[in-house]
Amino acid sequence: MTMDVAAAGTAVRRGSAFNDPRLRSIFYQAVLLLVVIGIGWFLVSNLIHNREVRGIATGYGFLNREAGFAIAETPISYTPSDPYSRAFLVGLVNTLKVSILGIILATLLGVVVGVSRLSSNWLVAKLAAGYVDLVRNIPLTVQLLLWAGLIRVSAPAPRQAANPVPGVFISNRGIQVPSIENNPIFLWVVIAALVALVIGWGIARWARQRQAATGQPFHSFWVGLALFIGLPLVVWLAGGAPAAFEIPELKGFNFQGGWTLSPEFAAMLLGLTVYTASFIAEIVRGGILAVSHGQTEAARALGLHSGVTLRRIILPQALRMIIPPMTSQYLNITKNSSLAVVIGYPELVSIGNTIGNQTGQVVEAISIFMAVYLFISLSISIGMNVYNRRMSLRER
Amino acid sequence: MNFRTLLAAGVAAVVAAGFAASAQAGATFDAIKQRGFIQCGVNTGLAGFALPDSQGKWTGLDVDTCRALAAAVFGDPDKVKFTPLNAQVRFTALQSGEVDVLARNTTWSLSRNTSLGLDFTAVNFYDGQGFMVAKSLGVTSAKDLNGATICVQPGTTTELNLTDWFRANKLEFKPVVIEKLEDVESAFFSGRCDAYTTDASGLAATRAAKAPKPDDYIILPEIISKEPLAIGVRQGDPQWANITRWVFNAQLQAEESGVTSANIDSFADSPDPTIQRLLGKTPGMGEALGLPETWAYNAIKQVGNYGEMFERNVGEKTTLGLKRGLNALWTQGGLQYAPPIR
Repeated sequence: MTMDVAAAGTAVRRGSAFNDPRLRSIFYQAVLLLVVIGIGWFLVSNLIHNREVRGIATGYGFLNREAGFAIAETPISYTPSDPYSRAFLVGLVNTLKVSILGIILATLLGVVVGVSRLSSNWLVAKLAAGYVDLVRNIPLTVQLLLWAGLIRVSAPAPRQAANPVPGVFISNRGIQVPSIENNPIFLWVVIAALVALVIGWGIARWARQRQAATGQPFHSFWVGLALFIGLPLVVWLAGGAPAAFEIPELKGFNFQGGWTLSPEFAAMLLGLTVYTASFIAEIVRGGILAVSHGQTEAARALGLHSGVTLRRIILPQALRMIIPPMTSQYLNITKNSSLAVVIGYPELVSIGNTIGNQTGQVVEAISIFMAVYLFISLSISIGMNVYNRRMSLRER
Repeated sequence: MNFRTLLAAGVAAVVAAGFAASAQAGATFDAIKQRGFIQCGVNTGLAGFALPDSQGKWTGLDVDTCRALAAAVFGDPDKVKFTPLNAQVRFTALQSGEVDVLARNTTWSLSRNTSLGLDFTAVNFYDGQGFMVAKSLGVTSAKDLNGATICVQPGTTTELNLTDWFRANKLEFKPVVIEKLEDVESAFFSGRCDAYTTDASGLAATRAAKAPKPDDYIILPEIISKEPLAIGVRQGDPQWANITRWVFNAQLQAEESGVTSANIDSFADSPDPTIQRLLGKTPGMGEALGLPETWAYNAIKQVGNYGEMFERNVGEKTTLGLKRGLNALWTQGGLQYAPPIR
């Protein structure tokens, strides 16, 4: 088709190259490209020039200098004598920690609320609707400040910490729980769990094929679960069942030892989860409503009860509608985690701002943020696109 | 409009923007004179240094420092616009030209001088970093703070001094780093942290203005750092840097010579050559700075000498109740010393 049009164009007015639609489109695209490159070049060279004129240092050499400031939460080892690059890495790990947990929890809560909103139980449906309407219309920053403030004000001081279960302390310094002392056997326990997962996957595949061929069902889920719990347990018992706990203890001002869930992290996770779950709930509700009601009626006519109808008939079809908008919610969680700066959770932007200010290399710090967020976002997008392709309707 | 004209207009706009940007790199002082007022970067709200009152009028030592500049340049202390800046954006605001001068509890240090492209022209307050704790903790010395959780603002020399001091004393601490001053203060008063650290003057201001009960908190005796809080300008306009330096020095000299805003006119016929030069009776000083000869007269008459600024904003009769200490004149055992105005 296009070739025909192009051929016709050249045939009618061969004289002027400017009237050739193909050449013209190439010309305009080239001009557009030049303009974009030109503006980009102008902005960058302007920046470099102005910084030179004002005597501001440029470059990424500062990343190897000693950071000299402490960070509250360090999932990977970090001391103030480590370089700035290490501090950035700590921030990145903190960002990933809160984002990944936020994505998992928001999805669970969002699906529950979304399904509840469609429930035939009046109270459940109205409660879910109220939750969505309330949470979705309050800015996230306000919610984060609210959560952080609530936790700081309502929790007791460490010396009056609540002690609901022996070894667990709740105070305005966070929640302290006993940690398990490290032992080489735990590495093998994790490996055993992974092996169990692989075997479970194999069994599920075999069961599906057998059911397709013979119609005989097989409870692969329960077998898999038993494997997943049993195999690591056997390894742990075989390794002498080490169970030395480190109990948190109040020493001086704060608790020492054990694992800590800091108030800032808790506020951040709560805020992101509660806020994003309200959007996910609406996406789930929309996805379910988009599945034709005839499907439900057909399932009921076959004698399936409502739980099975939802799990086996409605949700798999709704998922196709749900995945693409869900991707953007996952991206939002990751990007919104940068709001941690207002409540003092040390994630990438919070630490990067400090670095930018200590060194004066603000532009460099921001360029690192941009690269990191771009990388995380693209990774999520690619992952979700792969999943989407697997779930999409295959026309046969 | 067809595509080609549109394109031509676009190219012209980009080129014009380029010229505008390069012309902007000119002298700061010329821009100030043309604009008719000074843009001054101050703290977002720290009692005694920069705090807007209920009518939106700014008061404080840093505010008066800028008002004195406006009086010297324009003969009117109100020809100044205040821009509240937090610790993190202050240098960017100065570098980008959003403000002309930074009088915002900013510590003069080598790396800020060199890698940020800033000049520090005069120290308007000699400070040092301290700690504030609740009395109920029973702590009497900063050395008792091992294992404490400490609230601090990011991007400050405070954050670095804190880490250095604990490392030097082989003590442990956990920072809680919050960007906004009000948020870090409320986190401390809600009990999230055992101690709050910033410059000692800032601790006094926070305790006086924000503590639910100021008497429940004490400031520990240790001062762990040198914090010369200085007036900052961006590099590239030595004339403007000189003006900020010498207006402040003139206020110091006035205090040393006993000249105040109230009695300045009685010095009109003073035989003292130092005072004659200061008040412009012997011309030359103003001209050298590119200012009217009444520059120092206006600054002192309309805003006051350094001692007046200090007592009015942070002195013993104010809620902060700070002693002159290091900020006394050199003749009284302090560090404030104006080089000769001649």
